[in-house]
Amino acid sequence: MHSIRIGSGAGYSGDRIEPAIELAERGGLDYLVFECLAERTIALAQQVRRRDPDGGYDPLLATRMGAVLGPCRRNGVRIVTNMGAANPLAAAAATRAVARSLGLDGLRIAAVTGDDVLEAARAADVALEEGGTLRSLGDRVLSANAYIGAFPIAEALAAGADVVITGRAADPALFLGPMVHAFGWAADDWDALGRGTMAGHLLECAGQVTGGYFADPGVKDVPGLARLGFPIGEVSADGELLVTKLPGTGGLVSAATVKEQLLYEIHDPARYYQPDVVADFSGVRVEEAGPDRVRVRGGRGAARTGLLKTSIGYVDSCIGEGQISYAGPGAVERGRLALDIVRDRLALTGVRASEMQFDLIGLDALHGDRLSRGHAPYEVRLRVAGRTVTLEEAARIGNEVETLYTNGPAGGGGAWKSAREIVAVASALLPESAVRPIVTLLEA
Amino acid sequence: MKLRDIAHSRSGDKGNISNISVIAFDETDYPFLAEHVTAARVAAHFDGIVTGTVTRYELPALGALNFVLTGALGGGVTRSLALDAHGKGMSSALLDLELPDLELPAPDRHPNNQNGGERP
Repeated sequence: MHSIRIGSGAGYSGDRIEPAIELAERGGLDYLVFECLAERTIALAQQVRRRDPDGGYDPLLATRMGAVLGPCRRNGVRIVTNMGAANPLAAAAATRAVARSLGLDGLRIAAVTGDDVLEAARAADVALEEGGTLRSLGDRVLSANAYIGAFPIAEALAAGADVVITGRAADPALFLGPMVHAFGWAADDWDALGRGTMAGHLLECAGQVTGGYFADPGVKDVPGLARLGFPIGEVSADGELLVTKLPGTGGLVSAATVKEQLLYEIHDPARYYQPDVVADFSGVRVEEAGPDRVRVRGGRGAARTGLLKTSIGYVDSCIGEGQISYAGPGAVERGRLALDIVRDRLALTGVRASEMQFDLIGLDALHGDRLSRGHAPYEVRLRVAGRTVTLEEAARIGNEVETLYTNGPAGGGGAWKSAREIVAVASALLPESAVRPIVTLLEA
Repeated sequence: MKLRDIAHSRSGDKGNISNISVIAFDETDYPFLAEHVTAARVAAHFDGIVTGTVTRYELPALGALNFVLTGALGGGVTRSLALDAHGKGMSSALLDLELPDLELPAPDRHPNNQNGGERP
């Protein structure tokens, strides 16, 4: 096959639905990929699965599948997604139910499992990048999932799957899998795998390469963000990539949008560690080939490390938070007075917090007050957040902000509070031999 | 002049590490960027906000620099107390960096010039 067209239908779990429908209906696609699994999401999904053995997959799965399965079937577009989260088998069964309800008999759905490595990680007592080992987290550990690569996805496609559903997989691998399948790339064709990874990296955040997360009025203008079109990657057998989008959709594909996304979440551009390859973006060149058409060349790759990044979800702490706004003359001074009052109240009432944050949104909440250089905004919003051991303790922080209504400075309005348990993620490395991906095929 | 006048930027997150790209609108400005937007200047700009190190990677083929800032995200995206836990706004903060004026007015340098984008 000379080249394939891969569409990106979602860049995160809550992403817009219609851009994927447009791609399924008139994208001329071979594959449509949905990347919906953030680092922490799988740990939260594992908690759901414990309460409900048939749950633990992406909550929007049925909605997304219901929207695209029909047009994908009509147009011969195969779907790859990590919406399986903590339960790819249940997600495959749910997708089969959607397919049957749409009359799509014979649709083949593959679940890729094996990323759940909690037992192996416990047995090895893996070292955590953040310090300590898995055992040091005690009974707070919820999940351990290794990032699997492209080859199990390619295997599922070779087995005839119309839909491939994974749990934790490296995001670019969701795109690399179809390339490996279509072009028959070998597991040690490092340059091809490196280029395919580059293509997957550019596409995985969907709208972020077509003008989303980019606009800066007067400096970088983007038309039609309310109707942002999601990207199509046209990949050739040697891994050359053309990024484009559908005519008539909003957004922009330019050298600038592509360069920003190429470096997004990259550390050393010559060493982008992936399960299948260490990709090298350092020599990549970007060239505009027409309106909303950008060619990307020059990716390379080197041998994979044999180690798989593993995300460990654990119950970290609780966070309590409160906010309230002040406006008009003296807003900043009243906000500062309110912060002092909350500080004193937390001390007086003995709230135990291991870490606190005191912000005036509009002045210093994002980057401290030095960078905002003391300008006086018309309005500020006080924000106090603190880390506690228990949820009860966390709730007391928001309460001490809320009581500013009747006990604090003049004109405090719009108070809001929350207390939540924090599931955090730590990282470890596992040898790939500890991870055995399994492909299971269902038919509607 | 500000960095924003000749470059654009995007920030990303991984754990407690923020990366900020700095990309020349016009690739011929890359040597100027490489000379003036050093790791030391970026570290000084984020003094008090970033607790770790700043490493710079150079991408002359793209006309871009990539800065990697450790200890930048309040202990990590998934547990940070910060309002912007991902550090999405780090790129905008860096574009405020003051640079010496370029000698050439370079009216054609800016891609949005035809849309009335302001030039220094």
